[in-house]
Amino acid sequence: MKLQTATRLGLYAVLELARDPGRTLSSADLAERYGVSSHHLAKVLRTLSVAGLVRGGRGASGGYRFTGNRRRITLMDIVALFEPAPGSRAEEPGEHTEIGAALQRVLTEVDEIAEATLSSISLETMLKGK
Amino acid sequence: MVTIRPVQATDLTAISALDARLTGVAKPDYWQDMLAPGRHFLVAETEEGALAGFIAGEIRAWEFGQPPAGWVFAIQIDPMLRLKGVGSRLFEALVARFKAEGVTRVRTLVDRKDHLILSFFRAQGMVAGPSLQLDKDLS
Repeated sequence: MKLQTATRLGLYAVLELARDPGRTLSSADLAERYGVSSHHLAKVLRTLSVAGLVRGGRGASGGYRFTGNRRRITLMDIVALFEPAPGSRAEEPGEHTEIGAALQRVLTEVDEIAEATLSSISLETMLKGK
Repeated sequence: MVTIRPVQATDLTAISALDARLTGVAKPDYWQDMLAPGRHFLVAETEEGALAGFIAGEIRAWEFGQPPAGWVFAIQIDPMLRLKGVGSRLFEALVARFKAEGVTRVRTLVDRKDHLILSFFRAQGMVAGPSLQLDKDLS
């Protein structure tokens, strides 16, 4: 499964901050830890902030902390902020053909399994590392 | 606080009622059959003696080519008592019984659209198993 860069960064940020909800980290701190673009991460953190998952970030060195519920929020909740919603995608060329439709059924099956997996793993479960 | 104990025939009415309330389908014969020897059928009971939940499973070997493993067939918790660790206590008790019989794996099948129960088993440390369930509409 291929995630968009913003999705991966969102998952890194939320999981890292949720690991210790009392801790504050800036986008630069997180970017250094995961070896990713601080600029890109700052945009991702703003999206997470609007969604109510993190709070903070005033100024260039402003820190963020986790404000969600670790037991309630699933990986899918984060993924859904950055990836197109299932069923909202545009029709692909050739999809109206018999083979195109059959291929789409298989891809939908794969998507449904991926969504079920992501929806079933809470941040708490992920961070317990059981 | 709940007590975990093996099921008794007198529990079946409450078990069937809880299951029917949660699934919308009454299946008392199925629960009666679950009393068969070799099955592991446990209940969680409140201090007042009410049914808080139940779990049922069995060790199965070589079906679908798979070596012996403990299978969880069903778990239901009274919705009023959820998020209090009752499900985890039942699951741990069943796993302890499976381990005592020498198996080292536990498995189950879950409706992939039922994210509540999927999340529960994930929280117990379960991950995707080695098999894929396949299905065909015969109507």
